[in-house]
Amino acid sequence: MDKYYLSYLDELESEAIFVLREVYAQFQNPVILFSGGKDSILVTHLAKKAFTPCSVPFPLMHIDTGHNFPETIAFRDQLVSNLGAKLIVGSVQQSIDEGRVLEEKGANASRNALQTTTLLDTIERQKIDCAIGGGRRDEEKARAKERFFSHRDDFGQWDPKNQRPELWNLFNGKYFDGEHFRVFPISNWTEMDVWNYIKRENIQIPSLYLAHEREVVWKNESWIPYSQFIKLKPNEEVVTKKIRFRTLGDITITGGIESSADTLEKVVQEVSMMRKTERGNRADDKRSETAMEDRKKQGYF
Amino acid sequence: MQIDKNQLLRFTTAGSVDDGKSTLIGRLLYDSKSIFEDQLAAVERSTQKQGREGVDLALFTDGLRDEREQGITIDVAYRYFTTPKRKFIIADTPGHIQYTRNMVTGASTANAAIILIDARNGVVEQTKRHSFIASLLQIPHVIVCVNKMDLVDYAEARFNEIINQYEEFASKMMIKDVSFIPISALEGDNVVNKTQNMNWYGGATLLHKLENIYISSDVNKVDFRFPVQTVLRPQSKEFVDYRGYAGRIEGGIVRVGDEVSILPAGFTSKIKTIEKNGQQLAEAYAPMSVTITLEDDIDISRGNMLVKVNNQPEMEQDVTAMICWLDNQPQRDRAKYVIKQTTNEQKALIKETEYKYDINNLARNKDMSPLQMNEIAKVKIRTNAPLMFDSYRSNRNTGSFILIDEATNATVAAGMIV
Repeated sequence: MDKYYLSYLDELESEAIFVLREVYAQFQNPVILFSGGKDSILVTHLAKKAFTPCSVPFPLMHIDTGHNFPETIAFRDQLVSNLGAKLIVGSVQQSIDEGRVLEEKGANASRNALQTTTLLDTIERQKIDCAIGGGRRDEEKARAKERFFSHRDDFGQWDPKNQRPELWNLFNGKYFDGEHFRVFPISNWTEMDVWNYIKRENIQIPSLYLAHEREVVWKNESWIPYSQFIKLKPNEEVVTKKIRFRTLGDITITGGIESSADTLEKVVQEVSMMRKTERGNRADDKRSETAMEDRKKQGYF
Repeated sequence: MQIDKNQLLRFTTAGSVDDGKSTLIGRLLYDSKSIFEDQLAAVERSTQKQGREGVDLALFTDGLRDEREQGITIDVAYRYFTTPKRKFIIADTPGHIQYTRNMVTGASTANAAIILIDARNGVVEQTKRHSFIASLLQIPHVIVCVNKMDLVDYAEARFNEIINQYEEFASKMMIKDVSFIPISALEGDNVVNKTQNMNWYGGATLLHKLENIYISSDVNKVDFRFPVQTVLRPQSKEFVDYRGYAGRIEGGIVRVGDEVSILPAGFTSKIKTIEKNGQQLAEAYAPMSVTITLEDDIDISRGNMLVKVNNQPEMEQDVTAMICWLDNQPQRDRAKYVIKQTTNEQKALIKETEYKYDINNLARNKDMSPLQMNEIAKVKIRTNAPLMFDSYRSNRNTGSFILIDEATNATVAAGMIV
């Protein structure tokens, strides 16, 4: 066989690096949206590759719900210090304190939806014209229609029915004052691709992705980590299980799965056998069939 | 074969719900075990909600709220599946509304196009439109799936009749590699699994075909083209004189020591290093993203192109191109648009429309009226500075461009240089 071809992982990598370099060339003040999850870690890793020997030219921006896994924050701070990058934190707690948003009430209350206001406020305050995200099209049906370069109007909103056509590798990042872009360099990666690449490149990830003993509560049909933010209903109890997380987000809504995969190799093996989508354990997506689309239109990640 | 070496194949599916396009994609995903339990459960619920039993495969491709409500596809959706042989990206394009614009978008990066024909109806206008776009966008491989064979008693004669119909009109187009497969997406015949219902068919199933099409030569490996995306200049002592040119190789192969011209200025130099993530490579090829340094200190910026001294692209201010109008605002007379071609950006004026294609009968009309959305025309364009380009036929990445309207910032047209 012809030796001059790229494997699928190399082709995805080359595409993502191309997109990241386009962002650098086309925007004035881009940031990487950093959640501490594997996808934003991957994007950061690819940005490092894209600009070597220069340092990563984008600050990392974290929208902090205040409901974090302590491991995520420790990991974030270590990565920022290793990269010598700038960290921007948008605080949901501050948005609540300033009266910009109201905390949700009710049994399934979460700060998930509140993040959108904090995100858009931070983008406006910091004059950010491009937020690079780790979103992937395989994650969710509304994301399947997302562009690499996704335009947001001056209200930060996404209009899925009126997106700019995106052809070949020609990305149109032109915008008017007050508008911004979301750019998704790993649009074409699947969960499996991400894990295979993390394993191949030996990328450091938070220990939460590997199986570990943890106190959890059975809520919304998944194991929610027990933390000071969780209010137990009468029939719910805290138990200790060996679990790991497939996605990382707000600690109050991110469900873990029972697993014994405590090394990267075992995780890759386990993911390849998975019969449920990774967002299946996210309470934020379970609210309705079009929960993600509705939030995205408002300006969510 | 080692999975790590597997290739990526991008294909587009053309057809409408009536042709069974959604059912076909659902079938591919379902039979290749790419559907997760919670997705399956959701589709089972939706199927029941509509008062039917079992699993409606077409519902796997449902997306936006309006699409679910109206039962149509509005925009290109991308779907993914992997087999032990390849990773696949499907650009699922809608059949009815704005079909041209969306199909052109989906086709622009595809290695292969699946064209669906309803066995009962044979070749219809829509088949011709889809094939025309596949040929216009130079999709290297076309797979014609004659669907709903179960409704014509799996008849070999009907299949052959449709092949003849198709070949008759396709001979007028530039389609390089066509194959035909008789299938039933609904019954699962010849999609992933070989069927017993058509023993007269000795060819491959659709998935087998997709897994085995030779795609390594789809990318031009002959003419080295390196459009510069950005210049890397680290502000550190260790790299004090370092100037790295970052970009993706859009054609050909390059080796350390090669003599190169820097266009448009025309200076020459030699490749000093080819780097990827700080590692030095002896050679690199399309479509790799690399950083190149040169022996000489030359002023190079974004939009410039590195090529080999003895293999240069066209360099002109006047280009002839096929363009497809994408915007709902029609073309404005004598308006200046921004043209984006590789990493180069210039001002452009559409000087003249030679003819428009009537996509329904493929006739060329001497119609000079402003281009409307979904129209395809051959035009002459003048730019304010030279473009470095190849014909679209010899290189899709250096022969393509988009036009942007500065009044709205919208991408208004897609172009292929003749």
